[in-house]
Amino acid sequence: MMHWTDSGFVLSARKHGESSAIVNVLTREHGRHAGLVRGGSGRRLRGILQPGNEIAASWRARLSEHLGSYTVELSGGRAGPLLGEADKLAGLASACAIAEALMPERESHPALYAAFRILMASFEHAPDWQAVYVRWELGLLAELGFGLDLSKCAATGVTENLTHVSPCTGRAVCEEAAAPYGGRLLRLPAFLLNGGNGATPGNDAIHDGLALTGHFLENHVGASFHGKLPASRGRFIDRLRG
Amino acid sequence: MTGGDIERLIQLLAKVPGLGPRSARRAALHLLKRKETALEPLADALVAAAEKVRTCSTCGNLDGIDPCSICVDQNRNLTIICVVEDVADLWALERAGGFRGQYHVLGGTLSALDGVGPDDLNITGLVNRAHDENVVEVILAMGATVDGQTTAHYVIDRLADCGVSVSQLAHGIPVGGELDYLDDGTISAAMKARRPI
Repeated sequence: MMHWTDSGFVLSARKHGESSAIVNVLTREHGRHAGLVRGGSGRRLRGILQPGNEIAASWRARLSEHLGSYTVELSGGRAGPLLGEADKLAGLASACAIAEALMPERESHPALYAAFRILMASFEHAPDWQAVYVRWELGLLAELGFGLDLSKCAATGVTENLTHVSPCTGRAVCEEAAAPYGGRLLRLPAFLLNGGNGATPGNDAIHDGLALTGHFLENHVGASFHGKLPASRGRFIDRLRG
Repeated sequence: MTGGDIERLIQLLAKVPGLGPRSARRAALHLLKRKETALEPLADALVAAAEKVRTCSTCGNLDGIDPCSICVDQNRNLTIICVVEDVADLWALERAGGFRGQYHVLGGTLSALDGVGPDDLNITGLVNRAHDENVVEVILAMGATVDGQTTAHYVIDRLADCGVSVSQLAHGIPVGGELDYLDDGTISAAMKARRPI
């Protein structure tokens, strides 16, 4: 009998049969892990199994390769307080859909879990939560093996005035070297460099950041979801555009 | 009726929500034992429903006439439209009896998981109805779920140019609810939606 307990975030819950649900959870030690929750579509558990909610999960199965079943307990209701906040709710839905679509199943990524936790907390309190979201996607790329090299200019080797990223190599390019390529390079917002200057980035910088991570998520990690990012990410970007 | 017919009846009944193979078998036996009082009226009702019930072209409700009996009822308030996810929600509101306006059934919610986008929902029909000069208010009665509220925010954006007032059902403590037994999300939603008395 396989059994473990872990903390995690609900990524999705799909109704299964009359009252159960197949739930995808981003766990601290077991990565993205699915399981059946009996009564998961029922009145008592449906509220707990909202995307973004933090839970204490206990998973059991006869063999490790089985789907197994979860028993869950709410440890942090993250979704509820955001239901009335359109932008943040769209960000939460996007992050959960991206994690569900891109993260490999049953592969432990403690760093990504920790980053996801910070992201969820930022929706509640941080004024620069959009920047945290972009950094989370950047971290996701790195953790999945498609990290961008933003340490120095790919053409000149300088570490100052990095303004663009090559869409092919994912390496930073300084303003001077980027000039001849016009609009063919992706813009690199300053807040992604060495933690930025501490100020809350503006809308343009956020959109540049999302365009940057979106390009690499779609074209490099995209094989697992046929090259199209989840629609909720597009709706999140549309919302931020206003 | 051969054994095969009975088996088919059981299989079809087992597909009805709330019935499994065992309860479908019991229901089939009940119907077959009361052929004249239960089975034949049920069969007639099923045939009549299959022939007559259709989706209302105005609001998306299910009824025997199109437009449905709610849409043509002149005693209802024609200036308010209540938007619901599904026909079941419309029926729930009608059961509660607290609303006497018009309805609009979206047909689901936006869902990344199930691939449901705005084009799959009856949002354009709602926007067209909201442009009617008689309509003054649209009430959003979507579920207090991430998908439900994501849909609600999307609908609010789409209604922005219609010149109607948009409101939403309150989220909070249910009738008979005790704080000690409520989840954190409900309590914080109730706290946010508090109102002066």
